[in-house]
Amino acid sequence: MNNLVILPIIIPIITGMVMVLFRNNIWLHRFLSLLATVLIGIVSIMLIEQIKTAGMQTLYLGGWQAPFGIALVADMFAVLLVLVAALVTFCCLCYAFSSIGRERGRHYFYPLCLFLIAGVNGSFLTGDIFNLFVCFEVMLVASYVLISLGGTKVQLRESFKYILINMLSSFLFLIAIAYLYAMMGTLNLAHLSVRVAEAGQGGVITAVALLFLMVFSLKAGLFLFFWLPGSYSAPPTAIAAIFGSLLTKVGVYAIIRLFSLVFYHEPGVTHLFIGVLAAVSMVLGAMGAVAYWDVKRIITYNVVVGVGFILAGFASFSVVGVRGSVYYLLHDMIVKALLFLLGGSIIHLTGTGRLKEMSGLIRLHPQLGWMFFVAALSVSGIPPLSGFIGKIFVTAGTFQTGYFWLGGIGLLTSLLVLYSVMRIFMNVFWGYTNLTEETEKGTTKGLLPSMAFLTVLTLALGLGAEGIHTYVDLAVEGLLNPHIYTGTVLGGNGQ
Amino acid sequence: MKELNDVILRTVAKVAVVIILTFSINLFISGHHRPGGGFIGGLAFVAAIVLLFLVYDIEKVQKNIPIDFKVLAAIGVLISVFTGVGGMIKGKPFLSQVFGHVNLPVFGQTEMATAVLFDVGVALAVIGTSLTIIMSIGDDR
Repeated sequence: MNNLVILPIIIPIITGMVMVLFRNNIWLHRFLSLLATVLIGIVSIMLIEQIKTAGMQTLYLGGWQAPFGIALVADMFAVLLVLVAALVTFCCLCYAFSSIGRERGRHYFYPLCLFLIAGVNGSFLTGDIFNLFVCFEVMLVASYVLISLGGTKVQLRESFKYILINMLSSFLFLIAIAYLYAMMGTLNLAHLSVRVAEAGQGGVITAVALLFLMVFSLKAGLFLFFWLPGSYSAPPTAIAAIFGSLLTKVGVYAIIRLFSLVFYHEPGVTHLFIGVLAAVSMVLGAMGAVAYWDVKRIITYNVVVGVGFILAGFASFSVVGVRGSVYYLLHDMIVKALLFLLGGSIIHLTGTGRLKEMSGLIRLHPQLGWMFFVAALSVSGIPPLSGFIGKIFVTAGTFQTGYFWLGGIGLLTSLLVLYSVMRIFMNVFWGYTNLTEETEKGTTKGLLPSMAFLTVLTLALGLGAEGIHTYVDLAVEGLLNPHIYTGTVLGGNGQ
Repeated sequence: MKELNDVILRTVAKVAVVIILTFSINLFISGHHRPGGGFIGGLAFVAAIVLLFLVYDIEKVQKNIPIDFKVLAAIGVLISVFTGVGGMIKGKPFLSQVFGHVNLPVFGQTEMATAVLFDVGVALAVIGTSLTIIMSIGDDR
């Protein structure tokens, strides 16, 4: 029993609701939203230390023991993601201060961001598949409002698609949960794990597992990403950065959690299938990133490549591969937020998203240019930046399992990713300067610190990979040994 | 709408609203041990207000109930969350509840539970949210 586990969920809810009470005080909104993310960060660091010394932490709400009550489970993997999510949100909120505008601020932008974070943290920490569904919904409802907030034409068009596709996937999610409950008689993840292991993962259970995979693929943008590039390029930069860095990763987290804890008995079917989907989405995402001449499109297609790469490592289902996935997941959350913010700043400055219409930005904005350069190298995995360590482990893992095609595709698409982001760099920053300070459409005043912080983070994660490897290894150990999870959560109950 | 002779509707509504409100409170209180509770009690309460919206108009009802329902919903959520936090201060898990028997002057031996406070929060949140939805859809400006 550890009450710290609930705090990452209720801190944003409480602060968000207090903000609703004081609707017109934007300064209070800004202060409270930053305070909430800082508090979540502190709580997750405390949890990380506790997990390191005392193992996985659990909380049974109201004291009702698992599998009967609602269990929250904080293992290393989940808490690392909570920490990185808090860091990324902190930066995106700082960016939003000077870019989101007063009107959106007055229409509950900050509370909605916090409700989104509550849903994201809830999805990471829940130990119960129905609450996973609930937290997904909390997150999605907040994201529906955020994507349409402001009501420009493109936003309304894209939010309509976004809501429809997510309703469909939530509907399938609920059906899959119902099937699972009908067969297993429980919804607690640890209990499900025990029961599936006892009953054996037969054909029907594997079929339900694939239904879950389809649901989460829709949410994560794994292969079923047709909705993603449009939806993620519609909202303002700060919102798009939160979406691109967090929302798809929650789907990825759900896939990793379910297929390492519950449906891990048939890796030849389920995990190979994940691998195939990962390969296809890497190829298609890279093709999209190379094909478009629009900054936002290129970056959103890179999200798809990132999701494919994370799950390629997981598909190998070896210690090395999963370690690579965890590293790459942490890296991807940071660097995707950074790329979205940088891309958004470029568009903000030039007033256009088309690569061919801009050039020579580096003369007036050297910091922006160099940060973009670092982000571009990091996203494609050039050492010593944070993408490198993940890429090397993922590739080694896939080779170890014998999925040479998967590792090969991962490496090839990395080159295409490098080409796609370098093309932005060369077109936007090199060449003749066609804008003067007077003709620029916006300023970078107030936008740079948040991006600089993310750049430092991606550098630190790359250079300090050695420093966090104990934590990542603990996360991997927890993922690959489901009996630790079930033993801690159930404690003697539910046999 | 105003030209129609809606005297029957108005007369019935005056009685019905009182009955529905009483019933919603009954639903709310019985919820602790029997079917009912904050959610359904709140919805029944909203039904009464919606009936008022139909019989009179939104402006008139708003003038007589000068509450921002968005704020009401937020207060409800805060009450619910803080009853959960209350247990944490005493070292119990989040959402722990306690109950005891108190001797009240009129009601005699009464069972009091902190879960009722949680339910009050739920009821306020439901009332606030549904009325906000109905009013923003019903407002055709």
